[in-house]
Amino acid sequence: MSIAPRKPPLQFALRLKRALGGKAGWNGLAAQIAFAAILAWIAYEIVANARMNLETQHIASGFGFLNYNAGFDVNQSLIAYNNSDTYWRVFFVGLLNTILVSVIGIVFATVIGFIVALCRLSPNLLLARIGGLYVEIVRNLPLLFQILFWYLAVLAALPAPRQSISIFNTFFLNNRGLVVPQPVTEPGLYPFIAALAVGTVLALGLRGYARRALFQRGQMIRIWPYVLGCLVGLPLVSMLVFGGPLKFELPQLKGFNFAGGARIIPEFVALTVALSTYTGAFIAEIVRAGVMSVHKGQMEAGSSLGLSRAATLRLIVVPQAMRVIVPPLTSQYLNLTKNSSLAVAIGYPDLVSVFAGTAVSQTGQAIEIIAMTMGVYLLLSLTTSALMSVYGWRINRSMAA
Amino acid sequence: MTDLSAPSFVRQDLVAERAAPAKTTGLIGFVRMRLLNSPGNILLTILGLLLAWYIVIPAIKFLLVDAIWTGKDRTACLADKAGHEVGACWPYIQAKLTQLIYGFYPEAQRWRVNLTYGLGAALLLPLLMPRLPAKALNSGLFFFAFPVVAFFLLHGGGIAGFGVSWTAGLLQLFEQSIGGAGDLLVNLSKSSAIGPLPWVLGKLLVLVGLLIHWLIFPLTWLRDQLQLSSVPVWGDFLLTAVIVSAVLFVLGGGLRSGGRALIGSLLTFAGIAAGIKLMGLDRGGFPIVDTRLWGGLLVTLVIAITGIVASMPIGIALALGRRSTIPLIRIFSIAFIEFWRGVPLITVLFFATYMLPLFVPGNFAVDGLLRALIGVAIFTGAYMAEVIRGGLAAVARGQAEAASALGLSWWKTTSLIVLPQALRYVIPGIVNSFISLFKDTSLVSIVALFDLLGSLRASFSDPNWSTPTTAFTGFAFAGMIYFVFCFGMSRYSLFVENRLNAHRRH
Repeated sequence: MSIAPRKPPLQFALRLKRALGGKAGWNGLAAQIAFAAILAWIAYEIVANARMNLETQHIASGFGFLNYNAGFDVNQSLIAYNNSDTYWRVFFVGLLNTILVSVIGIVFATVIGFIVALCRLSPNLLLARIGGLYVEIVRNLPLLFQILFWYLAVLAALPAPRQSISIFNTFFLNNRGLVVPQPVTEPGLYPFIAALAVGTVLALGLRGYARRALFQRGQMIRIWPYVLGCLVGLPLVSMLVFGGPLKFELPQLKGFNFAGGARIIPEFVALTVALSTYTGAFIAEIVRAGVMSVHKGQMEAGSSLGLSRAATLRLIVVPQAMRVIVPPLTSQYLNLTKNSSLAVAIGYPDLVSVFAGTAVSQTGQAIEIIAMTMGVYLLLSLTTSALMSVYGWRINRSMAA
Repeated sequence: MTDLSAPSFVRQDLVAERAAPAKTTGLIGFVRMRLLNSPGNILLTILGLLLAWYIVIPAIKFLLVDAIWTGKDRTACLADKAGHEVGACWPYIQAKLTQLIYGFYPEAQRWRVNLTYGLGAALLLPLLMPRLPAKALNSGLFFFAFPVVAFFLLHGGGIAGFGVSWTAGLLQLFEQSIGGAGDLLVNLSKSSAIGPLPWVLGKLLVLVGLLIHWLIFPLTWLRDQLQLSSVPVWGDFLLTAVIVSAVLFVLGGGLRSGGRALIGSLLTFAGIAAGIKLMGLDRGGFPIVDTRLWGGLLVTLVIAITGIVASMPIGIALALGRRSTIPLIRIFSIAFIEFWRGVPLITVLFFATYMLPLFVPGNFAVDGLLRALIGVAIFTGAYMAEVIRGGLAAVARGQAEAASALGLSWWKTTSLIVLPQALRYVIPGIVNSFISLFKDTSLVSIVALFDLLGSLRASFSDPNWSTPTTAFTGFAFAGMIYFVFCFGMSRYSLFVENRLNAHRRH
């Protein structure tokens, strides 16, 4: 006869208490009911007042307005748009512009941040001081101040198109923006993209193979010549066989303006410069803190194992620094995305500017439009932070392995 | 042993002097070690020097050497008048200085703004110096008394009643709202299919409203009597003082130990009375200056100070809510914090400007500045909650456990043991969020308020001062103001951090 452990008592009352009031028990339940009542009262007041106010202002609530004609122009749009399109289209035009400026800003900010961080970490005192000065000045001035500075002071002080500042006769900077060569697609584009894709897949496969060989059999395989061949050689071959993928149409000064080339509007230039220099300063501090967080002994241990300096950096220092850098870096990327909404101050047609600005003042549908705008930013924030946490999780996993 | 000639292995002559080692101290040694110790470093030094040359020299030239210092209007700052390349146009700042600091605040009333600045500085500076005593009194004055005084100083206007009237008014509003909701439900039940339930609920709400009405009847009656008397404010004030002091006396332990609470309460009310008397609030106070006339640094500071004062209680409440064991409160706090942290401040300001007026009763106009203040307070409160949560997490668990072992309730544990320690841990974090709040105040210029940046931008459009260097001059000036404030605060935060970590230094 076996001695089976007796089952614990079911404790219905305790479970009920837990389910209703959490750890706090009946007090918790009372607090929850009171809290819910207050929330319900506030919600009722808001809804009742909003309904009354909308009625007196003769505004019909609902999302039907999204199918009406917008009737205003937008001066930069990634998708075809004219003023007889609907508010839906306006929404997507603004959203794409926001994404565009955020992505480009993030790229530049990361580059600036790493360069400044290297300056600050450099043994050269002068360079470190200059980097420190940059960080201090940029971080202690409001972002809107910097956007307006670039837009109203610097870009406005640039010469007219005829006296443009030319950079290698390819880029022209003037007070109407930045004129860049316009890429024109050629028949060789699709083979080129295909070759690039195949090359990337091959290179990734090679890397995986080499890593497995290293971890499982301890065999070092030199793969960089093959990777280089895949990533550069294949597209080169495709260019030789099918011709170049793109042709750049150079801007030419004709009369008072440029013919050919693409014009980047000054609002975009000012916003990108301000966002990337501002966020770059914050990223520089994050990177510096990350690198300094790795103990000196790690570097010494690496070299005592016989690793070269580059290998020590690549295999030991950088992964550990990355673990510290990634979470705050994420929040800086998020900040940049959210800060891109300051575009409204200089009239860059981002989501807030064209949708929450112009569309609200035209339709008066403040509740719907602002809720949609806030929802988009929430979604963008959550997506970015989710992607970044996956990355952080992978880094942690590789550290554990 | 007469031959004293040295053996051959002993050296006969002195070794030649070695050259002194490369100097590593002093200016020259320093330059050698840190700037010129390798070819790569020399290159970097040259690069740095070039960079500095092209930034510092033009900046100094613009701000000082080529600058114009005196003049009446734009002609003084034009190149052909000055005879040389023109740098900063300082007369423009002189002409716009009052606008940048006060906005359009009436000239005769500007002493009120100055007085508020002075009061704020006099209260804030001692608060920031850790050595000075009476922190509790000081922070009480700064966080509670100063905002009220500043409101009546800056905005003007008086009060028609005091505690009793306000409480009665609020409760009456609540009662009406409950009754209104009940009536609505009863009306709804007539047309809806699920008739009885809303009807019952509605009748219940109406009943509750009626109950509240009778419960607060003594209070409303008292208020009406006071309003009819010749000195409504002072009568109300006395009554409030007596009631509050009595309640505090009883709560403080009655005859046994309530004396302290009683004296504190009486002193507070004496202070309030002095304030009312000095500002003449019972007789209408100062002339009202509409917030649309406020501007410049005044608006920037008002928003920053209100933001920090209002965001502290919001942040503390949300942080405690997020750590609460009660599911609904925790979920609400998390959702609230994450929502406001996930959207940009500018959409929050748009929300406050366009949506908030729809949420309050139509006859209740919300002032433009107040809308922005509400938006800023909610937004900063959400960020502050995360900062304070960090502090709460840093307090060792044993502290709360020890407190509950002593028999303290949750409220006492939190307010006497956990929060004081947590807040002390996060002073640097609070200062940092104050810095970003200070920078973020510039965003209100987008919703048509004229803060420092907004006033600056408005001043650019003055044709009397439009020169090629006006914009640069204006940005240089405003930049210096922002920089001084933010840099000062960040240094202060470092100072506090060092002080807090003093025990960890070796």
